[in-house]
Amino acid sequence: MTDGHVSPLVSFRQVSAHVGQKNILHDLSFDVEAGETLVLLGRSGSGKTTALKMVNGLLLPSAGEVSIEGVPTTAWDLIRLRRRIGYVIQEAGLFPHFTVAANVGLVPRLEGWQVPDVDARVQDLLAQIGLPPTQFTTRYPRELSGGQRQRVGIARALAANPPLLLLDEPFGALDPVTRVELQHMFIDLRDKLGKTALLVTHDVREALLLGTRIGVLHSGRLVFLGGRSEFLKAQDEEVRAFHTCLEEKWEDSI
Amino acid sequence: MSSMLARDIFDLTVEHLFLVGLSMGIAAAVAIPVGILLTRRMFLQRWVLGFANVMQTVPSLALFGFLIPLPFLGGIGKHTAIVALVLYALLPILRNTLTGILGVDPTVRESAIAMGMTERQLLVEVELPLATRTILAGLRIATVTTIGTATIAAAIGGGGLGVFIFRGLASVDTTLLLAGAVPAALIAVAADRGLEWVEQKLSPV
Repeated sequence: MTDGHVSPLVSFRQVSAHVGQKNILHDLSFDVEAGETLVLLGRSGSGKTTALKMVNGLLLPSAGEVSIEGVPTTAWDLIRLRRRIGYVIQEAGLFPHFTVAANVGLVPRLEGWQVPDVDARVQDLLAQIGLPPTQFTTRYPRELSGGQRQRVGIARALAANPPLLLLDEPFGALDPVTRVELQHMFIDLRDKLGKTALLVTHDVREALLLGTRIGVLHSGRLVFLGGRSEFLKAQDEEVRAFHTCLEEKWEDSI
Repeated sequence: MSSMLARDIFDLTVEHLFLVGLSMGIAAAVAIPVGILLTRRMFLQRWVLGFANVMQTVPSLALFGFLIPLPFLGGIGKHTAIVALVLYALLPILRNTLTGILGVDPTVRESAIAMGMTERQLLVEVELPLATRTILAGLRIATVTTIGTATIAAAIGGGGLGVFIFRGLASVDTTLLLAGAVPAALIAVAADRGLEWVEQKLSPV
């Protein structure tokens, strides 16, 4: 490792966003460093999804700057940028008219990989996410369970081997048991592949389980940013509101 | 005599199919691209749909009447009939193209953009395939309507099975009337069934 300065993978600088008269984000500044999983935790309407969509240029800041690898999103070729960022959303957003293989192989294909390379990549990924390729490549999303669809969504996001993953409530629509299975699968994959991730959730348990750091958004402002133990000790009112979601069960398990 | 009639029925049926086929071809070639354009330029929607709406509201015989005095487009004969039939067929195709594309699940569209699809890839690989069924339904409605309306084309010299119907009406000859009406009805039913089958076959989901 050289110790030359490496710009953070993602960097928000005084980012504000308004839609019409409504302010969604106020003066948001934080970095996502390579290798970490930063979880943005917040209630519905806290602006966390808006912040996430600014990373791959689905939305652009009204003021301030979001930079990826040191380059502001406004200066990126957005098509190129997006193909370098994996994106997973709640209902997976799979293409209903594509098979599992076509869904997973999409970005490599768009990137002009050779067909055999795409196929090999798809097989490899399906095996990694626990869906035997022989059974699943030719299926359509409607023939999958919610958990299987979400696995495919994650495989699709990883397909072109992007350095960064964006996840918007990726496990929010799943039943609790499947959710925990997928959360652990995600942790294993992330650690094995060394991916950086920015994940948005309203589930404080998920934030504690997956986040190497946690940021709390409240009405478009970042009211807390820090590690797990700092989060559990923080006195901010909104952070304490999230603590109360944990109290009973969390104290049992400690 | 009856073999003469049979030949006439055959000839006029072919002419009828030609009128409908050509009109539908032109209408689809205009309305589908315009429909796609409207999904990209929402502000044009009101005007274009308004125009197509008005065209469809004008009674068919009146529309033929309006077209006859027009230079280039109008006059007596097939081309006037085709212009009118095209104008009629625009709305259902246009509207269904628009509804089909705008009806694509927004999360699917968003993930297509987030995966790094270009505008063109989004249209060709996601929006059009997912809208196929709706667009084909529009074509089917337009085709069936056109088969009926095309019988009126005979009034302005357009030919087709309407020739029998008008002649039968004028001479109070039921046989002649049915010689036009029955094949026209059969074509319409066959087209409806046939296109419905294509719709099922081509629908990707």
